[in-house]
Amino acid sequence: MMHYDFVFSGFGGQGVLFGSQLLAYAAMEAGLHVTWIPSYGPEMRGGTANCTVVISDEEIGAPLVRHPSAVVALNYPSVEKYEPQVAPGGLLLYNASLVLRPPTRVGIHCVPIPASDVAAELGNAKLLNMVMLGALLQITGVLPIGTVEQSLEAHLPARRRDMLEANKLALRRGAELAQEPLVAA
Amino acid sequence: MAKQLMKGNEAIAEAAIRAGVEAYFGYPITPQTELLEYMSKRMPELGRVFLQAESEVAAINMVYGAACAGRRVMTSSSSPGISLMQEGLSYIAASNVPAVIVDVMRGGPGLGNIAPSQSDYFQMVKMAGHGDYKPIVLAPATVQEAVDLTVLAFDLAEQYRTIVTVLLDGMLGQMMEPVELPAMRALPATPPAWAITGAAGRAKNVVVPFRLQADELEALNFDLQRKIADIARREVRFKEYFIDGANADKVHGDRAELIVVAFGAAGRVALSAVKAARQQGIRVGLHRPITLSPFPDERLSQLADEARGFLVVEMNAGQMLEDVKLSVGGQAPVRFHGRMGGQVPMPDDIAQEIEKLDGMTSRPIDHKIEGPVVLRAAVGPARKPETGRN
Amino acid sequence: MIPVEPFTEQVVFQRPRAMSATPTTYCPGCMHGVAHRLVAEAIDELGIRERAILVAPVGCSVFAYNYFEIDGVVAAHGRAPAVATGLKRTQPDKIVFTYQGDGDLASIGIAEILHAAGRGENLTVIFVNNAVYGMTGGQMAPTTLPGMKTTSSPLGRDTRTMGHPMKMCELLSQLDGAAFIARRSLHSPAEIRRAKKAIVEAFKTQMEGRGFSMVELLASCPTNWDMKPVDALKWIETHMVPIYPLGDYKTRVES
Ligand SMILES: Cc1ncc(C[n+]2csc(CCOP(=O)(O)OP(=O)(O)O)c2C)c(N)n1
Ligand code: SF4
Ligand SMILES: [Mg+2]
Repeated sequence: MMHYDFVFSGFGGQGVLFGSQLLAYAAMEAGLHVTWIPSYGPEMRGGTANCTVVISDEEIGAPLVRHPSAVVALNYPSVEKYEPQVAPGGLLLYNASLVLRPPTRVGIHCVPIPASDVAAELGNAKLLNMVMLGALLQITGVLPIGTVEQSLEAHLPARRRDMLEANKLALRRGAELAQEPLVAA
Repeated sequence: MAKQLMKGNEAIAEAAIRAGVEAYFGYPITPQTELLEYMSKRMPELGRVFLQAESEVAAINMVYGAACAGRRVMTSSSSPGISLMQEGLSYIAASNVPAVIVDVMRGGPGLGNIAPSQSDYFQMVKMAGHGDYKPIVLAPATVQEAVDLTVLAFDLAEQYRTIVTVLLDGMLGQMMEPVELPAMRALPATPPAWAITGAAGRAKNVVVPFRLQADELEALNFDLQRKIADIARREVRFKEYFIDGANADKVHGDRAELIVVAFGAAGRVALSAVKAARQQGIRVGLHRPITLSPFPDERLSQLADEARGFLVVEMNAGQMLEDVKLSVGGQAPVRFHGRMGGQVPMPDDIAQEIEKLDGMTSRPIDHKIEGPVVLRAAVGPARKPETGRN
Repeated sequence: MIPVEPFTEQVVFQRPRAMSATPTTYCPGCMHGVAHRLVAEAIDELGIRERAILVAPVGCSVFAYNYFEIDGVVAAHGRAPAVATGLKRTQPDKIVFTYQGDGDLASIGIAEILHAAGRGENLTVIFVNNAVYGMTGGQMAPTTLPGMKTTSSPLGRDTRTMGHPMKMCELLSQLDGAAFIARRSLHSPAEIRRAKKAIVEAFKTQMEGRGFSMVELLASCPTNWDMKPVDALKWIETHMVPIYPLGDYKTRVES
């Protein structure tokens, strides 16, 4: 049985919604069961947004999880919030460009990705969500990058079409950065 | 047709459109507003009626008007808005006109909050307004089910000339899942013969939600009750996991000894818990009512013949719990796990409750001799009695 | 031989086709019956009986559907404009009108009437103002006159604590969606004729798609006013008309 539960968290405008939705689209298009659920209401105050994506090859029960198997944290408040929540042995992937105090929890994999810096190098700060998603795909192997690229082609909003290749590149850069083997802290 | 990834609220709106809804009236309230917004765009595109009413009171009465006109009509709201609709719902019921109501529940009481909740079970199932009647209440647990049940809602509403409610919580309204949408249906060519369309070339039609004489009003009530009984006989729906025969897995034999009962979002969370508990070797299954009204009481009573115990899980203080207890009729202990105020129960908490139930009922207590043992877990920390006042 | 004029019978008075033969249950001297008849005559004259739809209120005229030979719905107290909106929006070719009392329209249903007018809902409203809640036994309405005794203002309406009369024509005529707003009275044959004309005009407004139309009719409730019918009519003239001046409050020709 295959079952993943991911949390994406960051400031509004960092592309949390689109990055996580893209993963959900790709899972759907790969024929898997998937749920995507945003936090809504008062939780969104203060400008942080988070979404939970569950991907499984079976009917999905709970779409929310207390201890996600992986968290993609785009800013420091997200690291603070989710570091204690990641499932033991799970993954905390964080945007090292913005998180100056790295997580220290023992028993989970904490992986820094300088996503904002890489996005800036690629010419657009908004690409950071794709860099992080690329890294997540690489580390977890949940879906091949090619599948996500296809979904990107199908679901990138029309007004962003000119950014298609840049988005793909960001995905691949993220994957490259995450290629080093992992050791639990 | 290819699957689409859709939010529950929008999927319901699109499903209603494809089921041929001709008019939508509503008032903004979180967490159902996407439904109204979706309608505001799509209905005029299709030349159908969309109107943002001045209140839920007005919205439900507009629904009543359009329903009297024999048109497929719906509204959607969330808990406080449904409270305001109660009078109108009762008029619709008394008039035997079809209408579909979507309630995306939020935390209560009062203004409560906009977080997911199942606090409207009583409000929708027991009495969606004054007088003796029951709407059909459908409780989806997935976005696909929300789509399918919305289409069914229109069919049942017209077949029985009744109110059908699609009852979900904010979580399902906000979440995205892959769905297969139904094909677009043609709109009905002509309104039904009873509709209020102008007395052209026929005797006048009237819709009258009252009877002054007691005998006449009792007759109206008998007709309603016959309809409700008919619906109860024919329309009960539920889904079971790991309970017996076909849907039990190979590992643990074919009969669940413990039954978790939960609907909607709580039902799907409970599914995760049930799976986890089965990993621990506990023979537990899930019964998820899809029609909350009519309630699957016969099935639960049948399960109670052999089950060691029941666990009801809800996002409220124990509303469906009462119906489960009635169905079980004291044949087995019934425990409860509920969260309120917009808290969503988590699978590990439910799994713990399953373990407790397992431990408790595997001791050889003979509840059939001792009389019904109906336990109810405390749903919060016990409060110290206040002193000096009462 | 003196030529004999051939005798011809001329019908000078008959039941309008839009009115049913059912005797009404209104009290003697009640003006609801007169108002019904005017509406039915207007429907006949305009030839719209087969596409007219009545939305009856909760109030003494809850029975109005019995007295018209047209399709009808009974709405909840105050909600007739919303029900009418549902009927009209789904069948714009029909002529939909509400018939409402003053408690129904100006109190519990104030939101629905204001918004129907504000939206310019293409409906007609026949508003029967008898200054009390007739059906429930003559309690104070928002339209009750200052100082007027009712069963819930036994010492008379004290405007300091019970507020002032709500003047619906004045209020509604402020709204851009309102196309035709007029107040008439039923206290004399001449006024009744004027009322009829206004009702015809209101229906025409709807038929031409010009928007919201309403005719307020000052009417008596002898039972709850505790007056003889004739005195009650006199009282309309002497007491109500000064507070609720008759006339056209809005006449918008274009749609
Ligand atoms: C929700 C609701 N509240 C109260 C009532 C009781 N009620 C019935 S008729 C009425 C007043 C009717 O007065 P009006 O509209 O002036 O009509 P009239 O009888 O004077 O013609 C009231 C308060 C009701 N039926 N429904
Ligand atoms: S109570 Fe008044 S309004 Fe009602 S029927 Fe009698 S006279 Fe007419
Ligand atoms: Mg009155």
